[in-house]
Amino acid sequence: MQECRLTAHDLACRRGDRLLFRGLALDLISGAALQVKGANGTGKSSLIRILAGLLAPFAGSVARSGAMALLDERPALDPALPLAKALAFWQRLDGPTENHAAQLGLLSLAEVPVRYLSTGQKKRAALARMAGQGAPIWLLDEPLNGLDTRGVALVEELVAQHCAQGGIALVASHQPITLPGGAAIDLADFAA
Amino acid sequence: MSVFLSLLRRDLGLLLGGERRGATLLPILFFLAVAMLYPFAVGPDAPVLARTGGGVLWIAALLAAILPLDRLVEPDMELGLFDQLALRGISEELAMTARMVAHWLSFAPALLLAALPASALVGIDAATLRTVELGLLAGTPGLAALGVLVAALTAGLRGGAALGGLLVIPLAVPLLVFGAGSLATGGEAGLALTAACSLVLVAITPFAAGAAIRSGRG
Repeated sequence: MQECRLTAHDLACRRGDRLLFRGLALDLISGAALQVKGANGTGKSSLIRILAGLLAPFAGSVARSGAMALLDERPALDPALPLAKALAFWQRLDGPTENHAAQLGLLSLAEVPVRYLSTGQKKRAALARMAGQGAPIWLLDEPLNGLDTRGVALVEELVAQHCAQGGIALVASHQPITLPGGAAIDLADFAA
Repeated sequence: MSVFLSLLRRDLGLLLGGERRGATLLPILFFLAVAMLYPFAVGPDAPVLARTGGGVLWIAALLAAILPLDRLVEPDMELGLFDQLALRGISEELAMTARMVAHWLSFAPALLLAALPASALVGIDAATLRTVELGLLAGTPGLAALGVLVAALTAGLRGGAALGGLLVIPLAVPLLVFGAGSLATGGEAGLALTAACSLVLVAITPFAAGAAIRSGRG
């Protein structure tokens, strides 16, 4: 996997009138994983969206080298389509990459329309979409929501694999998750 | 280009096929229903019908184009599709161009066909029908662009669909004036002006709708 790096300098985030966090800095290089902890409403999702370039930071800057893949609460899979077809749309855009459907236990669901999937199954499908993108930088926003213990283990396995191959994983989650290296920051430490 | 085709294929599939097929037929049936009701409402006075029928077809076409507005942009915004595209370096402008083309393909060809039976229902002659068809051919790209533009602007707003319909109507007035106006004069000038309006709308929509999607992010 190509060399990648994700650096943020002196980030601050404001939502409405509230300053959620400030002075946040991070520097992730190939193979690094980081968990972002924090109670609800402390700005975990906002941080992810800032790092992804989807939200402008109130202050500070982000530098990225390498493509990014994002997993959030929206699966970005067409509800009316069978799972295989919904995933095939992203495969056409992303080109041929590793297929994670088998690893995530999705093969038997290929013909099921996405809207009939359970919360956990949808999350697994979204994980397959994200992993199939082949991007070196992974941004995961609450990837464990709705997953059973087996699913949680799968996420940990995927992330460990990804980091072993030289990828970066940033996981925002209020739940405990085992990441390679075990690094974590708590947004409460940066609260304004 | 292959990215554009992938987007177009997906958009067309969603607008035309699968689960929502009924929703695609709806605007066409609505168009025919208006053409069928009109003679009942104004009475079987052939000269009146022939004189006003073309204009009624234009209004019916405009209203039919508004019907699919709520599923043009909003569902994909909720899915997070545009965020995922942005992460892959695919611009909102490209996505909106594909959406515009797909929207046109999903209603305009069927509308042009439906205008044939509709013309018989309102009793217009062959020459008028030709002007209506040419006018709709020139005007529907503008209607499609306007639909995507307004759908992108109102996506995420509460009651966005109803608001969108209301917003399209005044913005479509130039198309209607020139398009239906070409019927009265029978001239090519009206058709040319309709096409000009369409061109302007088609040209600005990808950028305006793309900007709307970006500013709608939070």
